[in-house]
Amino acid sequence: MAKELKLMKGNEAIAEAAIRSGCDGYFGYPITPQSEVMEHLMIEKPWETTGMVVLQAESETSSINMVYGGAAAGKKVMTSSSSPGISLMQEGLTYLAGAELPALVVNVVRGGPGLGTIQPSQADYFQAVKGGGHGDYQMYVLAPASVQEMYDFVFLGWEIAFKYRNPVMILSDGAIGQVMEKLYVGPHIPRWTEEELRKNAPWASCGKPADRDHNIITSLDLDSAKQELHNHKLQAKYREMEEKEVLFEAINCEDAEYIFVAYGSSARIAQKAIQLGREKGIKVGLLRLITLFPFPKKQIAEFSKKVKGMLAVEMSAGQMVEDVRLAAEFRCPVEHFGRYGGIIHTPHEVLEALEEKIIKG
Amino acid sequence: MFNPDIIKPENLVYEKTNVLTDAIMHYCPGCGHGTTHRIVAEVIEEMGIQDKAICIAPVGCSVLAYNYFNVDAIGAAHGRAPAIATAVQRMFPDRHTFTYQGDGDLAAIGTAETIHACNRGENIVIIFINNGIYGMTGGQMAPTTLLGMKTATSPYGRTVELNGYPLQITELLAELPGTYYITRQSVHTAAAVRKTKKAIRQAFENQKNKKGTSLVEVVSNCNSGWKMTPVEANKWMVENMFVKYPIGDIKVDGEKVKK
Ligand SMILES: Cc1ncc(C[n+]2csc(CCOP(=O)(O)OP(=O)(O)O)c2C)c(N)n1
Ligand code: SF4
Repeated sequence: MAKELKLMKGNEAIAEAAIRSGCDGYFGYPITPQSEVMEHLMIEKPWETTGMVVLQAESETSSINMVYGGAAAGKKVMTSSSSPGISLMQEGLTYLAGAELPALVVNVVRGGPGLGTIQPSQADYFQAVKGGGHGDYQMYVLAPASVQEMYDFVFLGWEIAFKYRNPVMILSDGAIGQVMEKLYVGPHIPRWTEEELRKNAPWASCGKPADRDHNIITSLDLDSAKQELHNHKLQAKYREMEEKEVLFEAINCEDAEYIFVAYGSSARIAQKAIQLGREKGIKVGLLRLITLFPFPKKQIAEFSKKVKGMLAVEMSAGQMVEDVRLAAEFRCPVEHFGRYGGIIHTPHEVLEALEEKIIKG
Repeated sequence: MFNPDIIKPENLVYEKTNVLTDAIMHYCPGCGHGTTHRIVAEVIEEMGIQDKAICIAPVGCSVLAYNYFNVDAIGAAHGRAPAIATAVQRMFPDRHTFTYQGDGDLAAIGTAETIHACNRGENIVIIFINNGIYGMTGGQMAPTTLLGMKTATSPYGRTVELNGYPLQITELLAELPGTYYITRQSVHTAAAVRKTKKAIRQAFENQKNKKGTSLVEVVSNCNSGWKMTPVEANKWMVENMFVKYPIGDIKVDGEKVKK
């Protein structure tokens, strides 16, 4: 079917994708810079068209638990927030992971710590990929770099979430959330009927028919031996994701002597820095990370054997850079550059950092 | 003397409902949790809604409620059951989603979730076990702990200076226009059990008729936490708990009951 061209903010694209991807429920709490997600949904009133439930909760603690409830009942449910709200959701996220529930959570990151600022940031990387909640768990983390990807990753998110029965996070930032770009939207995918839900999510607690045992959704097992087995199962799932679900994009890397490693807004800025660098005769490329977990360890290891150095560009004091270093295993210099606290670095600053920290070294 | 000959269908007077599983309950003998489970299960059976019932279990002594109720179930994080029930019931409006919560779960850590679910008038049933203490974690003070009552974290007795007042959350919830039926019952005598069963039936009937939130508080003993025998605990409950938490309907058909 033909695709339709629209002009939208990243946050609105998330809402539009929710409706068009057959989402059953959105639960949220307002916070800048992502409030347009719920605002767009409330304007669109999908409950009158697709039957999707949209509810403003009393807090992010509540909205993530509404997501937990919907997910436990087999529904396609999601929430969105920004950094302080996502901190409040950590309890729910570890419960979702522990109970193996599919769900979609969008973080439109702003500067921290604390109440911080409402400007864009990428300082929630650790929280997203290292597990901000307690216990050994991982979310599948997608990093969109455009309004189009904000839209597309909602669809991809459902696919992964249900395939692995695991929460998926779209880790965006205030710039991608607020910027307006053109995007192509596809036709509506209908929500699952109850019959489809029962077929696709036979584990769901949505009412026990006479011919099956009762379903129980929980993350608790008081028997430690069983809890360890459950953890083994979770770890096996995460390893499978690392094996099969890594996504990245290599830009201008064929002849590159230097590599920027970046995601989201920083990847867009680094792309411009490549252009500036190449004009000066510096052979630099970009490894744009699309999944942050699973992390493209193999690709970074490969590049580390070929290039003279890597610069991790991120709007934080240096978080992703740790994973880049681990994957590069000291085969080449790996340095970090980034402005933070809500400041966005410029392409010139990025190129300058490459020259200072790596090339002159 | 045991006489196997009398085991005949025509002599059957009582049977465990199929809405309870055969799992052996872990509750202390004499505790109100087990009795309340049975009543809820019997109501579900009598209404023929086993296929529609979804239990949201709390964190507390009844954390394993999902092992006992033979219905689909979801284990909540501590205090979050009303938020979870909100989503489930909104997405499956013809189901019977109910939460089963203790006083720490409902009136301390989950206060916001409780008040807002009730204020939105979510079409859910809340079964609230008030034993004035944190049973599961070893008898610490709850918001409902009576003044002067000794617990593991109020070893010299609860005082207003240190801990504030016992929280009558049920009366507070009755003030909210979203609540349709609010009642306080107990399960310490056969007569009380019959009344509680009627109340729980009423709550599920209200839900069937989409009336909004119904809450049945069951004032119960925690004989282990109170450090009493079950018989002593029930006596103490009647003499002390019932004074602060009087038994009876608080709100019926959306109207507060005049006292
Ligand atoms: C976030 C969190 N904080 C604390 C606990 C520990 N905890 C488990 S049960 C409980 C109190 C339960 O008391 P209540 O709700 O009154 O139920 P009862 O055990 O008396 O039936 C507490 C504090 C927990 N599981 N999670
Ligand atoms: S500790 Fe208290 S609430 Fe828990 S089962 Fe025993 S008597 Fe009941």
